[in-house]
Amino acid sequence: MALAENRGAGRRRLPRFQRTLWKIARTLGSVVITMLGLMFITFIIGRVMPVDPVLAVVGERATNEVYEQVYRDMGLDKPLLVQFGYYIWDVLHGDFGMSLLNARPVAEDIRRVFPATFELATLGVLIGVVIGVPLGVMAAVNRGSWIDQIARVVALIGYSMPIFWLGLMGLLIFYGILNWVGGPGRLDIIWEGMVPERTGMILVDSLLAGNWDVFKNAFSHIILPASILGYYSMAYISRMTRSFMLEQLSAEYVTTARVKGLPERRVIWKHAFGNIRVQLITVIALSYANLLEGAVLTETIFAWPGLGSYITTALLSADMNAVLGGTVVVGLIFVLLNIFSDLLYQIFDPRAK
Amino acid sequence: MMSDSLDDPRLDDPRLGFRGWLLTDTPTSRFHARCVALYSGWLKFRSNTMAMLGLIILILLVLIAAFAPWLAPHDPLAQDLAGRLKPPLSEGHLLGTDSLGRDILSRIIYGSRITLYIVTLVALIAPVVGLLVGTVAGYAGGIVDAVLMRLTDIFLAFPRLVLALAFVAALGAGIENAVLAISITAWPPYARLARAETLTIRNSDYIAAIRLQGAGPMRIITRHIWPLCISSLIVRVTLDMAGVILTAAGLGFLGLGAQPPSPEWGAMVAEGRRFILDHWWVATMPGLAIFIVSLAFNLLGDGLRDVLDPKDAG
Amino acid sequence: MSLMKKITTAAVMALAVGFAPVPGVAETPPNVLVIANRIDDITTLDPAESFEFAGSDVSRNIYSKLVNFDPMNLDAGYGPDIAESWEVSDDGRTITFTIAQGRKFASGNPIRAEDVAWSLQRAVKLNKTPSFILTQFGFTPENVEEMIRVVDDNKVSITTDKQYATSFVLNCLTATIGGILDKEEVMKHEVDGDMGNAWLKTNSAGSGPYKLVAWKPNESVSLVVNPEWWGPKPAMERVIVRHVPESATQRLLLERGDIDVARDLNPQDVQGLQDVPGVAIDSELRGRIMYIAVNQKHPILSKPEVRQAIKYLIDYQGMQDSFLKGQYVIHQNFLPQTYLGAVDENPFSLNIEKAKELLKQAGVGPFEIEAGVREAQERLEIAQSLQNTFAQAGITLKLTVGTGKQILGRYRARDLDMYIGAWGPDYPDPHTNAGTFAYNPDNRDEAKLTGLLAWRNAWDTDGLTPKVEAAVIEKDRDVRAQMYRDIQAEFRQKSPFGIMFQRIEQTGRRDNVKNLNLGGAITAVSYWPVTK
Repeated sequence: MALAENRGAGRRRLPRFQRTLWKIARTLGSVVITMLGLMFITFIIGRVMPVDPVLAVVGERATNEVYEQVYRDMGLDKPLLVQFGYYIWDVLHGDFGMSLLNARPVAEDIRRVFPATFELATLGVLIGVVIGVPLGVMAAVNRGSWIDQIARVVALIGYSMPIFWLGLMGLLIFYGILNWVGGPGRLDIIWEGMVPERTGMILVDSLLAGNWDVFKNAFSHIILPASILGYYSMAYISRMTRSFMLEQLSAEYVTTARVKGLPERRVIWKHAFGNIRVQLITVIALSYANLLEGAVLTETIFAWPGLGSYITTALLSADMNAVLGGTVVVGLIFVLLNIFSDLLYQIFDPRAK
Repeated sequence: MMSDSLDDPRLDDPRLGFRGWLLTDTPTSRFHARCVALYSGWLKFRSNTMAMLGLIILILLVLIAAFAPWLAPHDPLAQDLAGRLKPPLSEGHLLGTDSLGRDILSRIIYGSRITLYIVTLVALIAPVVGLLVGTVAGYAGGIVDAVLMRLTDIFLAFPRLVLALAFVAALGAGIENAVLAISITAWPPYARLARAETLTIRNSDYIAAIRLQGAGPMRIITRHIWPLCISSLIVRVTLDMAGVILTAAGLGFLGLGAQPPSPEWGAMVAEGRRFILDHWWVATMPGLAIFIVSLAFNLLGDGLRDVLDPKDAG
Repeated sequence: MSLMKKITTAAVMALAVGFAPVPGVAETPPNVLVIANRIDDITTLDPAESFEFAGSDVSRNIYSKLVNFDPMNLDAGYGPDIAESWEVSDDGRTITFTIAQGRKFASGNPIRAEDVAWSLQRAVKLNKTPSFILTQFGFTPENVEEMIRVVDDNKVSITTDKQYATSFVLNCLTATIGGILDKEEVMKHEVDGDMGNAWLKTNSAGSGPYKLVAWKPNESVSLVVNPEWWGPKPAMERVIVRHVPESATQRLLLERGDIDVARDLNPQDVQGLQDVPGVAIDSELRGRIMYIAVNQKHPILSKPEVRQAIKYLIDYQGMQDSFLKGQYVIHQNFLPQTYLGAVDENPFSLNIEKAKELLKQAGVGPFEIEAGVREAQERLEIAQSLQNTFAQAGITLKLTVGTGKQILGRYRARDLDMYIGAWGPDYPDPHTNAGTFAYNPDNRDEAKLTGLLAWRNAWDTDGLTPKVEAAVIEKDRDVRAQMYRDIQAEFRQKSPFGIMFQRIEQTGRRDNVKNLNLGGAITAVSYWPVTK
């Protein structure tokens, strides 16, 4: 046996290897259980909803016969657990069922709307990071100064502003009055369909096609909603950066470095900041997940055809397969981002070992 | 206890007075010590201008809600189709009127009651559920812990607003259901917090001693573990209230919160959304109200955290 | 930190690009018509299944029918389309259509009698929601092949179970479900015996002026001219209908010239557009009726005086002149204006005293009822106005607001005290509304005639049902019209329905766009005559 032959070298490594395997298995197991639970809860919510999915299909005028027929076609006459079983089986085969409203596969719909949300959230986080991180560092370095106060106020306002209202005000001012940005939607109508769809993200697609006009137009549309989402993640990221930095700056090695006469810039950016990178990535991953959620309201305001508005529309029209599919996808992203940040932590953070 | 402290000779000391008693380094009883701690906390809190501002705004909010009938210049439901969409500062309508000619100021004033109602109920339900689940999981350990925490994780895996949306959609729109939905989405973090606290307390000598005295698990949890979890929970709740207000307003905005004609702020923004270009005030005013109140909660929470939980100060 | 640096650089560059000037006021290409409309109600484009406003707008432009309306002369009623002529048999039960020769589908296939018969048979066999429009003539999946037959190469005959007014039958054939399909093309895409139903949801196989390029749900529908169409080539080579749910957005797009037509403007935005150069506003009367209805299972609401009182508790004028301004006109009869037999008598107005008196006569004190209303702004405003006026007579209205499907489910289950809603005619014949508002052959719960409004409100129609049955088979047009006028006069006084308004659609268009006809109260929009 390979194991036996390799005994000398393997003995010490094996337990660790096993430990890692065990850890991976456990993580996977917990993901599976979480996802099952998530699906079950959503499924139950969908089934107890006072909205009649059959009615959603047949419409107001349908006679009772048509109604009964569709009811059976949809499998609604079977016991709940059986229905759930069928659902899980289908999902495992990558099939989220048909949307009740537009009679298309939900999986296809999600593939279609997801890039829009991904593009928006990514740009939002980017804005949040680019502004939030330096702001947090500066606030920590100049603790108690005016810059710290401003950073605090800016973050607090971010935490307190209803995002749908901020979106409306943004539209009113920057689009309605100043006309600096493009309006709702991802592109002006005339640009639609001008670049071949490859990734589904218009900014990327237009760059790939080398079409600057479309890029500019798409950018003028995305910048406002992305900034608004970015503001929220900026508030969170800057606060967290500040508190991580404060912790580092009060550590002994920083004092030592200063005493050794290293330039302050170097102390701050190289030493202190270098040490909080992993923590920061965790925070950024979390705020990314939160943005997906903020996207629900923002997308409604900006008529952004993404996952958030997809789920909301589906919910309001009792399109249960669509709601289930959308929620499972968002939940999966949540869980994956969490695992990702956990893993990062365990790999890079010396204390976690 | 009260009589103990009243007998305290220092109270009679003219130089120190009651304030001196509160500031002493050498408390004479448990009650005294607690008062001293509270008072020094209060002093620290008071020196935080922003937190005080938050507190003042919230006190004002409570007063406005309590005295709404006397403060509101109009009946919040009285319609006047002839006088609709009047701009702010028009006669008799400080903040203008909405699309059915109702006075916006009066509606905002009455709307404060709904906001307070939601906040209070959620603040009562979610932490209690979280506390229950968290402490039981933490204290019992083993399979109970595993099951409860897995459940918590499942709920945490949902995007909050989406879950709340789904619940309201399932339960039917309405303010009570909105409260329920928000509570359902809000308890898991409290459960985690309470579990973490319980784990640190559970194995302490102090609990061991109590267990030796023959106290049962129920008694230990309710009498000894809960009180120790409370202070961190309070901070967390205060900080979360802003989020609760925003979620409630978001539900209202999507038409799933309070039902018409009740003047819920989020729903008012939604109503005004159609007029945003020509009649900006209809959506702007209630939005400002939501902003101010949630800012107040954030300011207060921030200040409270500095006082009660210095390690997290940030 | 080089990654950080890269990200920063990229972001700064991106920002710089973003604030570079955005292209100025745009103009749509001269041969493309761009329309902003709410199209999220489309669930399918198969004519046998499609049953929504936005869907019929698309359908009218891609499918020809046996008989059709001329968009430039809607008042003329139906005229020849695929059928160049038709004959009615002596017993009045069979209509034989002669198919125009030499016409082709968009695929290039000729239009044959076979295609016509198959399309109509298919709609009956599929038995989807709108199938009642055809099955009310006695067609069933079993007998339809005998009732709708190919007579010879260019003739098709339709035989009904009994004699109906010819105009009634032909009017029904102008509905979306009457769209004629290219059998060869459709059957190429059949899956599991679905007669192409799945494929037709997102594809077209018709012979109308346009063919479908793509329908992206909640995003857009795009059409392109059908080169095989027999008529003169439309000026608009492409038509793009873009889903824009918000009125304010539509308005901004129109102001900027990004779109040619905005179809969902609210009164505020219409007013805001009034003085904008280059923009014109059209008003067109549509078929939709706004009404309230009270459940006759309710012990108080079923009293005749109470039913009457409620009609005096509606501020018709106030609503029409304020938040419904320009979008609805007072109309208190179930047949929309321009329909055969329509009347314009509107005897009711807000009269609290009169209502109180009626309530007193009925011997009822203050009471509370639950009213269901759909989550839509104008309906919520109507509901709140009603809440206000009802309260003045001591009736507390508890509103239950929900999505369309939620409220509808309870309405269909006879579960609401009161319903505030709208009804749009299904086909341009008076029977479409008479047959639902004033017709209820079986008022028992078990009958489950959930499609009928009278049944949903548990109203046995106080003797109107046989009158409606008589009107639908009356052959003389004038007599028939008079019968509907009489039915409506009775209905106004007795029924538990308070009919309030008829819809006016206000459309904003760039003023160079001409000849856009939305279809009035009887049909859907026509793009082919449009020029700009």
